[in-house]
Amino acid sequence: VSSTSSGVAAGAHAHRDDVGSRLGMWLFLFTELILFGGMFIVYAVYRFTHPDAFHLAAAELDTFVGTVNTIILLTSSLTVAMSITAIQEGRKTFALTLVGMTILLALAFLVNKYFEWGHKFDVGIYPGAPELLAQPQGVILYFGLYFVMTGLHALHVIIGMGVLIYDFEAIRRGTIHATSYVRLESGALYWHLVDVIWIFLFPLFYLLH
Amino acid sequence: MTQEAVSVQAGTRGFYEDTGKYRGIRAWIFSTDHKRIGLLYLMTMGVFFLLAVAFGFIMRLEMLSPGKTVVEAQTYNTLFTLHGIMMIFLFIIPGLPAVFGNFFLPILIGAKDVFFPRLNLLSWWLFLAGGLLALVSVFLPGGAADTGWTFYVPYSIRTSTNVLPALIAAFILGFSSILTGLNFITTIHRMRAPGMGWFRMPLFIWSLYATAWVQVLATPIIGITLLLVMVERWFGVGIFDPALGGDPVLYQHLFWIYSHPAVYIMILPGLGVVSEILPVFARRTIFGYKFIAYSSVAIAAVGSLVWAHHMFTVGMSNTGMFVFSFLTFLVSIPSAIKVFNWVATLYKGSIVLEVPMLFILSFIIQFSIGGFTGLMLGALAVNIHVQDTYFVVGHFHYVMFGGTGFGLFAAMHYWFPKMFGRMYKKGPALASWFLTTVGFNMLYFPFFFLGYFGMPRRYYDYLPEFQTYHVISTVGSWILVLGIIIIVVNLLVAYKRGKIAPANPWGGRTLEWTIASPPPAENFHDIPVVTTGPYDYSEFEQRQAEHS
Repeated sequence: VSSTSSGVAAGAHAHRDDVGSRLGMWLFLFTELILFGGMFIVYAVYRFTHPDAFHLAAAELDTFVGTVNTIILLTSSLTVAMSITAIQEGRKTFALTLVGMTILLALAFLVNKYFEWGHKFDVGIYPGAPELLAQPQGVILYFGLYFVMTGLHALHVIIGMGVLIYDFEAIRRGTIHATSYVRLESGALYWHLVDVIWIFLFPLFYLLH
Repeated sequence: MTQEAVSVQAGTRGFYEDTGKYRGIRAWIFSTDHKRIGLLYLMTMGVFFLLAVAFGFIMRLEMLSPGKTVVEAQTYNTLFTLHGIMMIFLFIIPGLPAVFGNFFLPILIGAKDVFFPRLNLLSWWLFLAGGLLALVSVFLPGGAADTGWTFYVPYSIRTSTNVLPALIAAFILGFSSILTGLNFITTIHRMRAPGMGWFRMPLFIWSLYATAWVQVLATPIIGITLLLVMVERWFGVGIFDPALGGDPVLYQHLFWIYSHPAVYIMILPGLGVVSEILPVFARRTIFGYKFIAYSSVAIAAVGSLVWAHHMFTVGMSNTGMFVFSFLTFLVSIPSAIKVFNWVATLYKGSIVLEVPMLFILSFIIQFSIGGFTGLMLGALAVNIHVQDTYFVVGHFHYVMFGGTGFGLFAAMHYWFPKMFGRMYKKGPALASWFLTTVGFNMLYFPFFFLGYFGMPRRYYDYLPEFQTYHVISTVGSWILVLGIIIIVVNLLVAYKRGKIAPANPWGGRTLEWTIASPPPAENFHDIPVVTTGPYDYSEFEQRQAEHS
């Protein structure tokens, strides 16, 4: 079936293929979306079967804290997107500042989340709590989903922070630079995913009363 | 085809000599060479497979007579659970893609490796970790999981056995499967040799491509579902447990949204192997190349929408039942297209009955029986009669073992000379084909009768009137196991002492046969330029035409 040609011969690792790397990253993001998609299905089914209890339970959440966290995450997506433009223009220090800001905003989100969860625990809303088990079944399901979905999201925030710290280090060492920045792009794509999932979690839990 | 590419002399050890920067076992477990990773999978998977065969063997022995024969009822429960978990998650899902996909995907498309070699190694490590965890869970206090491989709630939340490690193992194995799929899609998109257009790809690659998409898109659903069961067991979160308002039927939906597409992850590469091997031993260009290629994609797409046919008896609207039944019938069309094209390829071919070809012929017949019984199960009225009986078990094993299992045996005998540079003895291989085919059919065909007459699956005990069928089946299992032992011994002996294999023992036309056996470390010295489709047997066809 073939003849050989040395003209096209290229070592397997000799050349870079950013398009391929991006393709791989997008495929990975699909899997993440579907992972959360499974939980959105569960949420949709239980919201449909227990509409009143879901209304009741949603009133317990603090819309203000949720809004603040939404603003924090949206801003962090902006800074990480800007960092790519900065690195494309070769402005290393500015790029480092922007990635650093993204990491700090992620931390702020987690701190907020910690206090929010802590407050819930204080008033007896946590899985298996006697106060919660005394509530209607729809409320138990609502808070079960609340903890699992925001918890898994928070885990993704932590993973995203890890990726961004890695990218920060790579920019500092110069492995990510003006002509080779696909790793930063992948990190940023992951961070946008974390953001997009929150954009769905926020209205479903905090705003729909 | 040119012989120029066979630059490495036959008899050299090819990539086995190139250990990279490590020595000994570390040259294997830290290697990012796709060929070494494929062989790592072969070895680990082989061990899990033989263990799972042993569990199945004991189960069959237990069913030889009513009441207790060799094991207690609880042991029987853990045996069918472990047999299912190991066969499905550790053997047949990774199966062909992880071993032969890893080894041959880059070679078949004219590349030097997969796109993400390090990710590939990580996939194997995750596979190993998941497999070991599943094994360890058997010996931990509490006892091995006894839920069946389906982990249905609420039982999987309430049983005191080690369900949690088994769930974590399945979750990790899912991760491994996703990464392999992601890697293969990217590799196929980005690394085909110059001239290798989509419709010049070997059909095995098409089937791997369709499989990889199902792996990537369906596996996260089982991941999240198992994760939800885990947090229910760990923290008592209310999700599926009816005591907390949860809906166990919702669990079943989510489970099958993955697990039905997963059976296509299991069978599609097997179908690809048939399309790959058949033209070589029929000495004919494959009939209906594009139909076979597209039918792989069609099976993957439609097969993702049929899951609730596993649940016709758990409560569903008539509309839902109708739609899922209809889609189930629909998915049989692309499968039938493949079978018709294979038969058309054989017609007027110059058929050579080598061992791989014999396994393929067994595959086609057994897969057809599995497919037809699948259609019977897709029909609502029949389904409700035979739901959860041996009929379902028979159907499943005809497709999965009679299909994919035999496809794997065929692939093993087809590619063995290329992978190890040695030939196996034909006599024992023929005997193993005969014994596995006879044993397999004796073991599983009685299941259709048993199921039709009402023998429920997973039962430890049965009515005396079923015994004749059970005895035939158990004797079949002995013959089958004997056949498997001969395969393993014959190939191990060939690996040690077999005759040196030539570069192209079967007269194959695809790229792997243009390089030495075993392949050199970087597969191709120069990346080949592809100028024709994969199965060019025009010379044989002309001769055939002259004869007639």
